[in-house]
Amino acid sequence: MNTEDLRIRLAELSPVLSPFFSTEFGDAVIGVGRDSLHETARELREIGFDRLGMVTAVDRDEFFVMVYRLQSRALSAALFVKAKVPRDDPRVDSLFDIWPAADWQEREVFDLLGITFDGHPDLRRIMLPDEFDGHPLRKDYDNPNVIRRPDYI
Amino acid sequence: MALVDKLGAGLAANGGGVILTSVDALADWSRGQSLWAFPMGTACCAMELIAASFNKFDFDRMGTFPRSDPRHTDVIILAGTITEKMKPAVQRLYDQMPDPKWVVAMGNCTVSGGIFYYDTYSVVRGADEFLPVDVYIAGCPPRPESLQDGILQLRALVKAESIAPGKRREGRYAIPGAPEASEPE
Repeated sequence: MNTEDLRIRLAELSPVLSPFFSTEFGDAVIGVGRDSLHETARELREIGFDRLGMVTAVDRDEFFVMVYRLQSRALSAALFVKAKVPRDDPRVDSLFDIWPAADWQEREVFDLLGITFDGHPDLRRIMLPDEFDGHPLRKDYDNPNVIRRPDYI
Repeated sequence: MALVDKLGAGLAANGGGVILTSVDALADWSRGQSLWAFPMGTACCAMELIAASFNKFDFDRMGTFPRSDPRHTDVIILAGTITEKMKPAVQRLYDQMPDPKWVVAMGNCTVSGGIFYYDTYSVVRGADEFLPVDVYIAGCPPRPESLQDGILQLRALVKAESIAPGKRREGRYAIPGAPEASEPE
């Protein structure tokens, strides 16, 4: 199903969500606020998006963007859900209760970008050691132990 | 007929003889001939480590073959990038090996951090930050022949050691070029 078909189908299935639909670089995107993310996800799950393919986040300096990749076997469709998260209060609702696959993916986002997931059952670091300090994928991350590459290499 | 005479008759009948050696040399010989390896494959060098064990390169002909239990092994082959998260596990497996034990650092990552030396927050810059490495094998990754050469060099190192702690043994197994143990004429 291409993005135009998906837009029409989504308008039939969920009139509430269709105003938030857009396309970016040929991909279907639903952009929502942080507070309505959880109910958006539940709505999408109910209309057939049964698979959470990926969870990641982007550091845009002033804010973070949570990115979820959803796929549907019934609709043969896939889309992104994006939610803006303020930098001074980086927390968002966990989607673990909707897709259990979010468990480790959200732990990775927490580990590397420091976004806290409310309602996550086991939110701790997954890739870095437990005693690690800081969140290294943040743009302002600095670690004195890192040896910077000299210009001549 | 006394036992000694029986032994002598048996040796003479089979064209045998008597070997005289020191306990030190015998211990080193037996240690060096079968260095069982614990394959600590943490990244891509493990592929070459596996290839070295299979029939094309046949590590077994040198008496080295992988055992997956550290308690059975003499040498730990560190093959691949060691991250800060993996470091305690490597240390623990090394600690489980019985003495005497040796460490081979295979590949640039375990020698110095390799391509992860700069701009990284999660990689240990060389296995010698926490383990006493005996042989370093450069390469990204090293060929199986390089690994086998490394084990042969380790064998020379083992045979130059003495079973007495902290003592080196002079003799034909000493490493060429090493200052305190030179090849006798």
